[in-house]
Amino acid sequence: MNEILRVNLLSPIALAFVLGVVARVIRSEFSLPKEIYQGLSIYLLWSLGLHGGAELAHATFSEIVRPAGVTLLIGCITPISAYLTLRYMGRFGEADSAGIAAHYGSVSAVTFIAASTFVKGMGAEPEGFMPTLLTLLESPGIHIALAIGAVRSGARSRPTSQLLHEVFTGRTMVLLVGGLIVGFLIGDKNWKVIEPFYDTKGAIFRGALCIFMLEMGLLAGARLGDLKKVGPFLLGFGMVMPLVHGALGAWLGTLAGLSVGGATMLGAMAASASYIAAPPAVRMTLPDANPTYYLTLALAITFPFNVLVGIPIYYKIARMAHGAG
Amino acid sequence: MNTTPLKMVVIVAEPVLELRLIAELRQLGATGCSVVDGRGEGSRHGHATDLPGANVRIETIVSPEVADQVMEHVSREYFSHYSFIAYLVDVSVARPAKFG
Repeated sequence: MNEILRVNLLSPIALAFVLGVVARVIRSEFSLPKEIYQGLSIYLLWSLGLHGGAELAHATFSEIVRPAGVTLLIGCITPISAYLTLRYMGRFGEADSAGIAAHYGSVSAVTFIAASTFVKGMGAEPEGFMPTLLTLLESPGIHIALAIGAVRSGARSRPTSQLLHEVFTGRTMVLLVGGLIVGFLIGDKNWKVIEPFYDTKGAIFRGALCIFMLEMGLLAGARLGDLKKVGPFLLGFGMVMPLVHGALGAWLGTLAGLSVGGATMLGAMAASASYIAAPPAVRMTLPDANPTYYLTLALAITFPFNVLVGIPIYYKIARMAHGAG
Repeated sequence: MNTTPLKMVVIVAEPVLELRLIAELRQLGATGCSVVDGRGEGSRHGHATDLPGANVRIETIVSPEVADQVMEHVSREYFSHYSFIAYLVDVSVARPAKFG
């Protein structure tokens, strides 16, 4: 286990993230221009979609149906477990509990990419259809948590159609789902032509991810000061909740027939907290939830926890679930 | 030159509210609006909500009656939940037909 942790902590992705945090802590003038950050995120998501679509073309329905069912199940469990923990153990208000739960119910695409890079580095090739599962997990959690929050806190809820429109037309969904469809349709011959640029195992993709992680580090570093404001319960929640969800994901993934690599990635997805799709949706629907809580948790606690230590732990759990120790 | 006195409603709000506000302004009778991104600091030194993205400043020129309705609507819907500023400016316009 120590060896796996060491390999992960010394990976370019983890160290780029740490450098970003350090740059912010020492108040360096370095920052990534917004356009580059957005451009990289478009490239990463679009690659993920295209490559996933090309791989999906090789998958059979029977291979994917159980993992997809388990993924939807996880999407329903994680917002509820997070909500109940916050509401009844942490004694947080309805809006804060549901707002934070929406983040933990949804998924962080960057954590997914980091997990994918990690397992491939470990030689545990995941199933090619994993990006399809990512898109399945993106939205149910947000909706379940927002619905709980809207009903129980009596928030003036907006029409569901409006909320659905926002979640399904967001950048992540358009690029991922669009990429999956395009990648699926173009066929092997066309994919081979663009593969060197979009290959999610390739040098270009991983290099771009390193630059992106610098910015993630800067964003997380900027929130370090808020760690004092969130209090010990949420600090612990930001690390224990991912472990519980991650173990559940890795275990259920294994039961559904995923390989060690695939189960690790499903664990990482279940453990992750969204910080792109969820915050605006929560702000609009549950304005009384404190943004400092959910943004600090997702960005400054759970994201680094997963990338630095969580993913190797889910890998270990997936191996144990496979009886490989 | 002949000009007509009208009201300009200026709203400074969180970026998540932009599309919703524009739709509501239309419903309340505004014929159009301008939107610009804003930076700045408020009473809490910095933007009260830390969501990424700049605040938006939405300006619309309307009749005094519509201006009144807009101010009532936004104070009821947004003031208690969001970082939100709204004020009225007296303006004199050259093409009153454009503004409803």
